[in-house]
Amino acid sequence: MAKYSIFSLIRNGLSYHRNWQRAWRSPEPKPDYDIVIIGGGGHGLGTAYYLAREFGVSNVAVLEKGWLGGGNTGRNTSIVRSNYLWDESAALYEHALKLWEGLSQELNFNVMFSQRGVMNLAHNLHDWRELNRRVHAIRLNGIDSEILNAQQVKAEAPILNVSQTSRYPIMGASMQRRGGTARHDAVAWGYARGADARGVDIIQNCAVTGLDIRNGRIEGVETTRGRIKTRKVGVVVAGHSSVLADMAGFRMPIESNPLQALVSDPVKPVLDCVIMSSAVHVYVSQSDKGELVIGAGSDLYVSYAQRGSFDIIEGIMGALCELIPMVSRLKLMRQWGGIVDVTPDRSPIIGATPVEGLFFNCGWGTGGFKATPGSAHVFAATLAKGEPHRLAAPFSLDRFRTGHLIDEAGAAAVAH
Amino acid sequence: MFLIECPWCGPRQQIEFHCHGEAHIARPVDPDAISDAEWADYVFNRTNPKGVHYERWVHNHGCRRWFNVARDTVSDRILATYRVGEKAPKVTP
Repeated sequence: MAKYSIFSLIRNGLSYHRNWQRAWRSPEPKPDYDIVIIGGGGHGLGTAYYLAREFGVSNVAVLEKGWLGGGNTGRNTSIVRSNYLWDESAALYEHALKLWEGLSQELNFNVMFSQRGVMNLAHNLHDWRELNRRVHAIRLNGIDSEILNAQQVKAEAPILNVSQTSRYPIMGASMQRRGGTARHDAVAWGYARGADARGVDIIQNCAVTGLDIRNGRIEGVETTRGRIKTRKVGVVVAGHSSVLADMAGFRMPIESNPLQALVSDPVKPVLDCVIMSSAVHVYVSQSDKGELVIGAGSDLYVSYAQRGSFDIIEGIMGALCELIPMVSRLKLMRQWGGIVDVTPDRSPIIGATPVEGLFFNCGWGTGGFKATPGSAHVFAATLAKGEPHRLAAPFSLDRFRTGHLIDEAGAAAVAH
Repeated sequence: MFLIECPWCGPRQQIEFHCHGEAHIARPVDPDAISDAEWADYVFNRTNPKGVHYERWVHNHGCRRWFNVARDTVSDRILATYRVGEKAPKVTP
């Protein structure tokens, strides 16, 4: 793997950038692997990367039915934060945030992680009380979080309408200054390049059509590019988790919903932090290109169509025009939808399944991007050792039987 | 999925309705007699199919009555709507 640096940039500049080495190979699948990862998004590629780099397992294949990062990795609003209420979630998301902080150096790939701060607004007395409780709980877990009053919110983001007579008056906000945004594609590409350099085979345009299970144990996967033998499979397919579970013959506590996002035309810098409001269900940040990146709520019906309902767009844009009046003069350029895998307690499922050797990492729902490095790291550990990583253990599939749910539905900084 | 055929009111806009998830889930007759895993299956597990999904909708900004819908989750096309208590129709996407 050629190291990217200022010197390689100058050297390649001299040859008009025609001689850059390709970032990863495009190999034919081998007949068997130690571990097969299904799903070439950020979580899956990251899992392969940590397997090779930290756990010494490099005879690994990542199977992707489309192109790398073409699913939810490329369809989110790229917000990263770790301000979760419950101890289990706080530990997991903070693990991810700490990995984010060193990720560009680690991967020698600029993931453009920008710790510009994430603000969660409170619009009424209930929001405000809940926000205060959450900030203090988060601080007790050693995670940075602070409370801002309405004037401080205005100082952070002058484009917000903080008038007390507005439709959504702002009482204050929580702020996690270590939170921010990252470039979503770069995360998938950086992990792919790092994994490939360590011997992982990344196989695109290769859909899994069946799982070879004998006597309750995984023996291989059937794909559109032939059969691959393996005794360990990690499934990281987000919205399609139920489809893979169906192939394996068990049921999952998951429903797949469309979640939309949109971007405006580019404008001069107007917003240097992330604004989130769970009451009106909108998140907004400004990209380096100047577009406002706007996230919406999910449609509350099962769907695998990667688009959403128009009334969701209408609802959030109406609310955003009230919160940030200048938005009414912007045009929207693009809109897209991803299929998110939502669990009843809005927490992920990481670990073993009823089939021996078959592991799932799913259920990240509407907030998986922020967890990418942490999710990948704990899942790699779980796959390599065959037992759950310490941080992944509470997120077992078995929690729905035992009742030890991690109920972030009403507790996380955003409504789901 | 812009128009939904309410079995009582006829075709109406989607924003008048709200979806309440999978239909035809029967509550176990004797909860004490089944295992935790079976109870968890009833409470939490869902079919979540990529294909035809039978689901419950309510016309909350209209007649406020509940009914069932058969919908293709790949195209979001509604294949049939029918009243609660009626048998799920056989449909193909």
